[in-house]
Amino acid sequence: MTKSELIRRLAERYPDLYLSDLERVIDTVFDEITKALARGDRVELRGFGAFSVKKREARTGRNPRTGSAVQVRAKTMPFFKTGKLLRDRLNGKQVDKNAEDKF
Amino acid sequence: MTGRTITRADLSESVYATVGLSRSESGDLVEAVLDEMSDAILREGGLKISSFGSFAVRSKKERVGRNPKTGVEVPITPRKVLVFRASHILKKRMNEGNE
Repeated sequence: MTKSELIRRLAERYPDLYLSDLERVIDTVFDEITKALARGDRVELRGFGAFSVKKREARTGRNPRTGSAVQVRAKTMPFFKTGKLLRDRLNGKQVDKNAEDKF
Repeated sequence: MTGRTITRADLSESVYATVGLSRSESGDLVEAVLDEMSDAILREGGLKISSFGSFAVRSKKERVGRNPKTGVEVPITPRKVLVFRASHILKKRMNEGNE
């Protein structure tokens, strides 16, 4: 499934809302998650999962083709951990979709 | 780096402020987005969000694990796991300013 299909699904649930508004809802959700991660914040969405930030130290890497040393800057990487509810649903466990989730 | 934790409440507040729907509608919509995302992952085994990243279900075979405390070998049953791969745009936006 892609973002445009996600918008279409949402439109089926909310036939009274404008498609352009639904598109903005979805864009806002992912934009806010991105901004939070850029600030170094964690995003916890119970039942779905959590996004966190991992730091990678600067290191001396090597160009695999030439073997020459190159400096790799310190950087941050996003990391996703699946929520318990979604993980259990993936593995066919009977779960109450509205139950409290734990990480 | 503020070290906060963002939740559904923050996302619905942003939707409320940006889109101009009511607070309760905004909250419902955030919930609906997450719900549709979960359903798509379960139904189709994946979900791609352009300029954000993609989610994919991977099947893991059975393997031998070990209780790290007791050293006792235990089989780890076959299972499905969800992996997230960030798009280069997300990675770039996270590292802006220190390049």
